[in-house]
Amino acid sequence: MIPSWAVNLVYLVSSCLFIFGLKMLSSVRTARRGNLIAAFGMLFAIVVTLFDRNILSFEWIIAGVILGTLLGALLAFTTKMTAMPQMVALLNGFGGLASALVAWSEFLNLSGPLNWFLLLTIVLGTFVGFITFTGSMVAYGKLEGVIPQQPITYPLQKTGNLILLLVIIGMGFFLFKNPSDHRFFWALAGLSFVLGVLPVLPIGGADMPVVICLLNSYSGIAAAIAGFILMNQMLIIAGSLVGASGIILCQIMCRAMNRSLINVIFGAFGKVEKGTTSKVYEGVKSCDAEETAMILGNAQLVIIVPGYGMAVSRAQHAVRELADLLEARGAKVKYAVHPVAGRMPGHMNVLLAEADVPYDQVFEMDQINPEFEQTDVALVIGANDVVNPSARNEPGSPIYGMPILNVDEARSVIVVKRSLSPGFAGIKNPLFENENTLMLFEDAKAAVEQIIRELKET
Amino acid sequence: MEELIFPIFIFVLAIFVGFEVITKVPPTLHTPLTSGSNAISGITIVGSLVAAGERNLELSTIFGFIAVVAAMINVIGGFLVTDRMLKMFKRKK
Repeated sequence: MIPSWAVNLVYLVSSCLFIFGLKMLSSVRTARRGNLIAAFGMLFAIVVTLFDRNILSFEWIIAGVILGTLLGALLAFTTKMTAMPQMVALLNGFGGLASALVAWSEFLNLSGPLNWFLLLTIVLGTFVGFITFTGSMVAYGKLEGVIPQQPITYPLQKTGNLILLLVIIGMGFFLFKNPSDHRFFWALAGLSFVLGVLPVLPIGGADMPVVICLLNSYSGIAAAIAGFILMNQMLIIAGSLVGASGIILCQIMCRAMNRSLINVIFGAFGKVEKGTTSKVYEGVKSCDAEETAMILGNAQLVIIVPGYGMAVSRAQHAVRELADLLEARGAKVKYAVHPVAGRMPGHMNVLLAEADVPYDQVFEMDQINPEFEQTDVALVIGANDVVNPSARNEPGSPIYGMPILNVDEARSVIVVKRSLSPGFAGIKNPLFENENTLMLFEDAKAAVEQIIRELKET
Repeated sequence: MEELIFPIFIFVLAIFVGFEVITKVPPTLHTPLTSGSNAISGITIVGSLVAAGERNLELSTIFGFIAVVAAMINVIGGFLVTDRMLKMFKRKK
């Protein structure tokens, strides 16, 4: 038997490895090793826990570990890079579920006089854990397309959720009065389940990056609360790290959409105000692949702006091939990624990396914006709201103030898009009417492949 | 009350460390950061193992078992998929 001080020493080592691992994510070169180091921290923590003197039988543990490992590995190896947001939502949910069930089983094992702090943390752990679980499942359903991506609204949205929250708090209060009455606990757990579902339903597809980050943060907080229940410092540390990470990403996403975090947490952003301005386009010039190939063939500097449309049609490999062709002809090609492009932070970067685009060719908004003025062609592939100049020019616009990629400053802009339909914000994009803009109405992958064919012929 | 202050101490300090460390992660790596930190939140596995290891089969043992499965998916899935992603990031040759 290992004495408890030694177990805690290993937990301390694991905590340090988690921090080191995350620290090494600050550079692409060390990131992979960082992830491995964090994984070793986890391994040590698990192994030493198996020697815990409270563990009396191993059948269920072994079965659970094997089942979880198989399912986890299956998910990790079969998920497509385009489906990474769904995968993360699913993992968030499982983390939340585990924390909630740990809290619940601690409740079932309560004995002796009432320890109010323990009961409070158990209630909180169950609440946050289940909200994370069901909220993540709804987010997963929306990203996967099982549940409609459009905001699903229902009557009394905010009031209803607030009342539900108050009822949950009430149940908690009754539970403190009668800690032995399990009915209050069941009610509390069940209502938390529901409260996870309701606020995520009204959230539309393009707002998912914020939701994913928020749920990521919740799953960390749930783990930290489990740490308070078990009085385990390692859980508190690891959970807080993840909680902080989710909140920071959430803030970055909110800033990139010009919305406040409070606005997000209270679910007030379900319905984006639909623009009242006319959506009729005038003087839109369209072009075909041949023309696009000619323009690109003569360009010196090309900036490619990928958006969710590229992910949907899985065009990243074709885009890379196009960039290679242009570079072979002597042009310089760069990629510009908006913080909220795609369905989760960094989504575009992963897709481009999958297509072997070197990461030092991919730039963030603030780095690349000054360069559009000297750019010959800005090639927008499946992006819309993040290149909408209304955000800069029209104080009345719903997206006014949101930082955008200034593609309209390039000498010519080619937008690959299936139609003139509005993006998520539901507003007109004056970029499409600009003097220097050409529209290529086509699916992203088909369009890029056609351009490649044309370029090869000339 | 005295023994409660200590974990709260740890909690607050860890949040500070988290903010310091995470703000240094470049936007390029935000997806692997999310999945990797996700795997770390699977640390609840430690609590799940103890709950699933009781001798008698009770409701709490079953909860423990489900928690072990869920946390293990979280841990294994998270670290593996993060590695798969990070493997793809390459510099220009």
